[in-house]
Amino acid sequence: MKTVPADPKGVDSGPHFMDGDHALAEGALAAGCRFFAGYPITPSTEAAERFAERAPEVGAMFIQMEDELASIAALIGAAWAGQKCMTVTCGPGFSLMTENLGLACMTETPMVIANVQRGGPSTGLPTLTAQQDMMQARYGPHGDNMIIALCPDSPQECFDLTVEAFNLSEFYRVPVIILTDETVGHMHEKVVIPPADQIKVVPRNNYNGPKEDCRPYKFDSKGGHPMVRAGDGYNFHITGLTHNEKGYPVMTADQNKIVVTHLMEKINSNTDQIIRLDEDQIDGADVVVVSYGITSRIAVKAIQDARKEGIKVGSLRMITIWPFCEKRIRELSGKVKAFVVPEINYGQMVLEVERCAAGRSKVISVNHCGGAVHDPDVILDAIRKANQ
Amino acid sequence: MSTELGKFKAGSPMASTLRMDRMPHIWCPGCGIGSEVNSFAEAVKRSGIDPKKLVVVSGIGCTGRVAGYVNFDSIHTTHGRAIPVATGVKLANPELTVVVFSGEGDLSGIGGNHLIHAARRNMDLVVICNNNFTYGMTGGQVTPTTPNSAIASTTPYGNYEYPFSLPFLMDAAGATYIARWTSMHARNVTQSIEEALLRKGFSFIEVISPCTTLYLRRNRLGDGVDMLQHYQENSILKHGADTRETAIDYQGKIVIGKFVDKNKPTYLEASDKCSIKLVGDDYQLYGKTIPEREAEEKAEKERIAARRAAMAADEAQGEVVPAITRKASAAKVKKAPAKAAKKAPAKVAAAPKPSKKAVVKPVKKAAAKAPAKKAAVKATVKTKVVAKAAKKAAPKATGKTKAVVKAAPKKTRK
Repeated sequence: MKTVPADPKGVDSGPHFMDGDHALAEGALAAGCRFFAGYPITPSTEAAERFAERAPEVGAMFIQMEDELASIAALIGAAWAGQKCMTVTCGPGFSLMTENLGLACMTETPMVIANVQRGGPSTGLPTLTAQQDMMQARYGPHGDNMIIALCPDSPQECFDLTVEAFNLSEFYRVPVIILTDETVGHMHEKVVIPPADQIKVVPRNNYNGPKEDCRPYKFDSKGGHPMVRAGDGYNFHITGLTHNEKGYPVMTADQNKIVVTHLMEKINSNTDQIIRLDEDQIDGADVVVVSYGITSRIAVKAIQDARKEGIKVGSLRMITIWPFCEKRIRELSGKVKAFVVPEINYGQMVLEVERCAAGRSKVISVNHCGGAVHDPDVILDAIRKANQ
Repeated sequence: MSTELGKFKAGSPMASTLRMDRMPHIWCPGCGIGSEVNSFAEAVKRSGIDPKKLVVVSGIGCTGRVAGYVNFDSIHTTHGRAIPVATGVKLANPELTVVVFSGEGDLSGIGGNHLIHAARRNMDLVVICNNNFTYGMTGGQVTPTTPNSAIASTTPYGNYEYPFSLPFLMDAAGATYIARWTSMHARNVTQSIEEALLRKGFSFIEVISPCTTLYLRRNRLGDGVDMLQHYQENSILKHGADTRETAIDYQGKIVIGKFVDKNKPTYLEASDKCSIKLVGDDYQLYGKTIPEREAEEKAEKERIAARRAAMAADEAQGEVVPAITRKASAAKVKKAPAKAAKKAPAKVAAAPKPSKKAVVKPVKKAAAKAPAKKAAVKATVKTKVVAKAAKKAAPKATGKTKAVVKAAPKKTRK
């Protein structure tokens, strides 16, 4: 990925005391996002508010659309008109966005969507935390498609990972979802925004070659293919229908195989470049706690207590949640006695861990139905059980 | 066969504006969408706007396929979402002219919320709505505009719902330009689209059009030509009509004309005004200050005026005969474009010159535009040529079509 220093106009360098939602907006501006379309929904609204407040001074466009269907649709238009773009939402809004999330995947449109998760299903717990949209982010839109999802555990990471989300999104031309949650979104902490020249961003890559060679797509299972920008005279066509590299509809089984394979493999065959994990004392561990987002910070306490009891516990924190760190779990399975998977849902990512452990290690789910974070002792109990 | 098709493609006067590599298109014989696309392509040519800076966005359905056939930057979106996608395009690059071309089911049914909100914001978009009272692509279901008592596949015993009158809806929502024609009024459609392409703000152009395969067949209304004759006999031209009186009853009168044409700051102008208050004169959007953007806009307007003047000169010499008028009587052809050309540069010249205080001068604008508008209205009442052609063709066709209708099995497309 070719990077350049960030445009200083969007970078509010220095130490700040801000919540995760605000950090999402600052991360977007630092990454060069100049278009935001959103719809208010607790607990993500603060990010939209921050962007709306900052937009005039940065020279960005903010629009509050009529709903989430329209918000993500506007991003697709804005992306093809040349802007880096973002929206934020949470469960109920994300459900609406899955419609055009599918179109964005199909048309390989770069965009960043932050889902500040709250308890569900339905209207659920508007002001309380959850991690219940993990599978929805991956499998929400109909049809086979693949996205990238990142999971910050602090306001600082909300900033850092938003910049990273834009970089991945631009390079792989795929929607990147930031799966944070109400706790991180509303948690105020120190956030240090580096000087602009220390923030590396992937600039928008617009095609500028001869018109006859212009192709909006290249089905080569790789990233890095340039976008075509509206107004540059290439007369591009894009559609949600199954299409060829020129963007024209070709509705056959053979063509769908080419398109779907590309969409999936563009991500799946580049997991080594995409996936980021935060590992601690995994070598020689008997038990590995696999966690993500706010839950990983609760797990720290349980892990420390377990280590005091003499249990060899390692920690694997998934910063990249999708694509799933399949390779790493397969490597560890059989070597460790058990994986402990705490998460604020009825057991979602644990299914992935179970699949990759394939019966070679025990997998213990520590689920929570949402509305609060875990009691560390519950995770500690699970670690003890896993060590037996 | 392929060579013949190749010849046809190469020889088409629309070869530069349509994607000939995608022909033949999917629309049925007698459908009104083809003539609307023709009108649109013609309007783009006549308007003098830079086709490179034109983006066409469509939703889903028969009309939704328009984006796939026009040779401009074009986006075929999901069902109902053409307007928000177009909003994103426009706001992300205000230099672009953005047209939404879609059907009434897409725009006022599943996309109804977006339609009214884009009108409310006076988003700078041209919305062309093909209204054929039917969901054609899925086999002829009832739509939000299907007249009461009409038969559709999902109202097999007659529609008992109350339909939308789209001009009334758009007026209430705040659209600043509203016109309605039928697909028989091809030249008026062209005229309206041309006007809309050259103005700022939310423009809504409804085109009532026949769906021969489904709506007409199911309701035993003959074929496309019969419907054109119906349009001709039942259209009431009423510019500036009260939009409350534009409802369409089943096979009833159709009020047509330009109902609304007013000035109001667009979303972007309003947003600029607000930001400049906050940030001051050095306010920039995407790195450009307002005076810079105004200068660009002014230069673009001058280029448009120059192109129009050149076209007018060519037409006056008889070098270019617009495709759409070819079928009409040759004598009238030369007059009409010449008139259009005369008023056109006048309108561009009268258009407001961007000033330092970009935003609110709708009053001035309106005053300057007024004479040009009157000319436009006059020009649009030239439907007779087309109407006559339709009349001639009609009696022959009706006899045949009735037989066809009887014989036709109740087939629907998937």
